[in-house]
Amino acid sequence: MILSVDELRFFYRNREVLNEIAFSIDAGEIVAILGPNGVGKTTLLKCLNRILTPRAGLVSLDGEDLYGLDMMEIARRVGYVPQRVETGRLTAFDAVLLGRRPHIGWDVTEKDLKIVDAIFRRLSMEHLRLAYIDQMSGGELQKVAIARSLVQEPKILLLDEPTSNLDLKNQVSILSTITHIVREHHIAAIMTMHDLNQALRFADRFIFLKGGRVHVHGGHDVVTPGVIEDVYGLPVIIGELGGVRCVVPSEPASEALKD
Amino acid sequence: MHFADGEVPADYLRYVRNKVIWILGGIVLLSLLFVYSISVGAVAIPLSEVMQTLLGQNVSTKWDAIIWNIRLPQALAAIAAGAGLAVAGVAMQSILRNPLGSPFTLGISNAGAFGAAVSIIALGTGTMQSRTADAVIINNPYLTTVMAFIFCLLATAVILLISRIKGASPEVMVLAGVALSSLFTAGTMFLQYFSNDAQLAAVVFWTFGDVGRINWPELTLMAVIVAGATLFFIANRWNYNAIDAGDEAAKGLGVNVEWVRMAGMVVAALVSAVIVAFLGVIGFVGLVCPHMVRRIIGDDQRYLIPGSCVMGGILLLASDTVARLILAPYVLPVAVLTAFLGAPIFLCLLLKGYRR
Repeated sequence: MILSVDELRFFYRNREVLNEIAFSIDAGEIVAILGPNGVGKTTLLKCLNRILTPRAGLVSLDGEDLYGLDMMEIARRVGYVPQRVETGRLTAFDAVLLGRRPHIGWDVTEKDLKIVDAIFRRLSMEHLRLAYIDQMSGGELQKVAIARSLVQEPKILLLDEPTSNLDLKNQVSILSTITHIVREHHIAAIMTMHDLNQALRFADRFIFLKGGRVHVHGGHDVVTPGVIEDVYGLPVIIGELGGVRCVVPSEPASEALKD
Repeated sequence: MHFADGEVPADYLRYVRNKVIWILGGIVLLSLLFVYSISVGAVAIPLSEVMQTLLGQNVSTKWDAIIWNIRLPQALAAIAAGAGLAVAGVAMQSILRNPLGSPFTLGISNAGAFGAAVSIIALGTGTMQSRTADAVIINNPYLTTVMAFIFCLLATAVILLISRIKGASPEVMVLAGVALSSLFTAGTMFLQYFSNDAQLAAVVFWTFGDVGRINWPELTLMAVIVAGATLFFIANRWNYNAIDAGDEAAKGLGVNVEWVRMAGMVVAALVSAVIVAFLGVIGFVGLVCPHMVRRIIGDDQRYLIPGSCVMGGILLLASDTVARLILAPYVLPVAVLTAFLGAPIFLCLLLKGYRR
């Protein structure tokens, strides 16, 4: 068990956003956090590297109490890919090098440069090393953001909707890359997602949030039409297509619009 | 996780070396300009004798007097103030996540002008005399400087307080700065309305930033503060790079964004306050020098911060040199020239786009 979350509660001012969140994750697993807009998926993710501090709860990472660590110590253990990636006149290499920030003393060392170079090779993006990130496509930019989180040398990777702005090919490419890295380095990845089909294709475990609580949590067996209707309020059919399970709304498009 | 099969890429090292060469080139240019600036003026001093005098050899007592008492402090003040304004500008643009950020975004220049106006008009520290070289005399320059400085800090304190209450968000800081600027401008106008001709002239004269006003003790204090602030910003270069990548990305990288933002703002405000109090308002340098450097060597704060320092020194020293020559024997305040000289260069860079 690499991460366990227990009794996590988060309030935004006096409004309760998350309540009694509890789950645990093993190394080598990819976890999808699912649920409708505004249910607190991103908030939960941000509580796991203390971008937000919950009111109560225990998060233990590889046996350490996460909230006993300072921000820099957390950043050496938890990689984070935000929903929006800001650009500037910066080369991809420098943008990824920034991920070494938690490990850098006064200045970068040869070791930092070597690690960054290794990631570019691993993600087959050597040709982008000196490309400026403000001239990149969405898919390339997302790869840079993921590379940045990987050079943090994390035990856990948090990704906030990593595929939301990407075309189908880039979605598959990004998610397969994450899968390979997670398996190869025996780390874990937690991502918030909207696309149930991509979640079913790539995730090992699923956390469905509803009303600020964990509605269901488990492996593929918990993803049922009943659970999805409970969480999203939309009846669906789950079928199998080309060996992969797929979710489609059960009502015809014209009917679904009536709500 | 661990990655061991990387190498240090040669093309990246070349790319980085290029940036260093640009900055070193800037330093060479600044040094040449420095010697030239000292040699020219109402009396031309040959370059070789400028060098000898600067190296401590006694070429002539007249040169000694001109160089050590007038031109050297003025040139050094131009470099220190230019570097200080530009470096504060870089930091503000990053901290406020706003390309229009400058040392004066928080209303510091207007607060300083108001402080000077209070001192000159309400406390009677300024008057006008009929002398060709310098028509306006500030009777009590120390009190004027102190008042300007106090009001600069007051403006900063108000913004800090608002930021503490509302969270250190860039929008709140920028908007509070705009509001304070207007408030202090209105205050200055109010005082000017009830002043006499001499006082009015003294206030207007004070606001024209001029590096010729400085004396050695003030220059030393200003240089120490600019140097300290530059070191502070350089030490924070990775934090500013992280904030440029977005607040959340920065937090994910372990950066205490709120603290970095507050501390950077205080240091930038302090540098600007000292420069405004001693020299008056010198616009444009802090806003535009960072952008000039961005167009040449990019947004990486590791090179942008020192690059802007050098560029600020060059722009202000060049402006001051031109200001002393263009209408000789009349000497223009440098603030008039910075925009005249800087704006066309900057517009060219804008049209040309980024250097590849």
